[in-house]
Amino acid sequence: MPQDSHMISVSELSFERYFERVFEPVSFDMDAGSLLLVTGSNGCGKTTLLRLLAGLLEPSEGKIHCQEQPLYAGHNPAIKDDLSVEENIIFWMNFMGTRETNRGKELCKRVIRDIGLTPVALQEGRTLSAGQRKRCSLARLLFCDEALWLLDEPYSNLDPEGIAMLDDILKTHLEAGGSCIMTTHGSLRPEGFELQECHMISGRERYAGVAA
Amino acid sequence: MSKQATGTAFGALLRRDFLLAYRRRAELLQPLVFLLVVTTLFPLGVGPSPQLLANIAPGVIWIAALLASVLSLDSLFRSDYEDGTLEQMVLSGQSLALIALARIVAHWLVAGLPIVLLSPLLAMWMNLADEAVPVLIKSLIIGTPVLSLIGAIGGALTVSLKRGGQLLSLLVFPLYVPLLILATSAVSAAVVELPYTGQLGLMFSGLIVALTLAPFATAAALKLSLS
Repeated sequence: MPQDSHMISVSELSFERYFERVFEPVSFDMDAGSLLLVTGSNGCGKTTLLRLLAGLLEPSEGKIHCQEQPLYAGHNPAIKDDLSVEENIIFWMNFMGTRETNRGKELCKRVIRDIGLTPVALQEGRTLSAGQRKRCSLARLLFCDEALWLLDEPYSNLDPEGIAMLDDILKTHLEAGGSCIMTTHGSLRPEGFELQECHMISGRERYAGVAA
Repeated sequence: MSKQATGTAFGALLRRDFLLAYRRRAELLQPLVFLLVVTTLFPLGVGPSPQLLANIAPGVIWIAALLASVLSLDSLFRSDYEDGTLEQMVLSGQSLALIALARIVAHWLVAGLPIVLLSPLLAMWMNLADEAVPVLIKSLIIGTPVLSLIGAIGGALTVSLKRGGQLLSLLVFPLYVPLLILATSAVSAAVVELPYTGQLGLMFSGLIVALTLAPFATAAALKLSLS
């Protein structure tokens, strides 16, 4: 089937909350090595779309055809305040079980270096700044081997250095044949990438238009 | 991702929970101090007559243990829910029932087991007959895991509510009733040297039923709370 060759294909997908459509139906196909940028104003359903794709919500209408479970990095960083950066990352590495444990410590050191958190590696989660938390939550991109990434506003709170770091990680991932769906409300966009764009319209906006 | 990794995920979660419990040890002590305080209040409230205390001892110790266990239940899944950890665990492809079981085991070891260890002291305070103390300990060893198992279902159901703590106690207390009746009846029977193995046997069968079903119910409740 030709449909199976796509890494993910979405047709006429929409979601209703309390009998109200959150966003207008969305359709797209993605192949290996591509980047999809989901744009739209605040509250137009970008996060809801990613949660649908991740499988955290059930679609009200339409179909999602996905080859394997994607990796989802949302607004919640999944970092424990009482554990250090290193302990947090080691926990997730062991929990995901993607690497052998004996190489774990080394890999963890490298991951921390790559996301630029070496100076605060032993600090507790509660002492991190918003940007450092974001970096720490993006660390999972480096040790999980899912092919499709769902990144919800990955640039928020990051400094220019952090943005460049994320772009590098993303470039490596796309070159290796992975794909990525990323949301942004417009001010920050990935630069130097070939990308598809999907503009989302909130369900309410359309009704407002009809009323006017 | 794969099935082989399930065991490591279980171990990783247990290790994390013990580390977290150690870092938050003040939080951990609260239910135990509560248990001690409640038991101390009884002699002050109902009078220090040794015979009276000995009569009400099984009930008082068990009710205090119930309350102390419920106190710590609200936090069972809450912090993981609030910081997004639970979301990532659900997406990780690991069995959610196994994740729930790991949380429950950790909860019993840090909140249930200390109650068992404290119980001889409580029994002494309440002037419980010496021959009934081993039975009290046995009933707590069998009973406290059931408290954690049933409580986890309630904790998972109320995790998405802002103030789920009160609702949680309303949900789980009725389910604790059979356990309370059996446990206190076993200890009271031991005091008057009647056979008590029947009650303990029924409690044990309750433990096995809870152990088999509660992780799955908790997993379903967690899924419900996340969507």
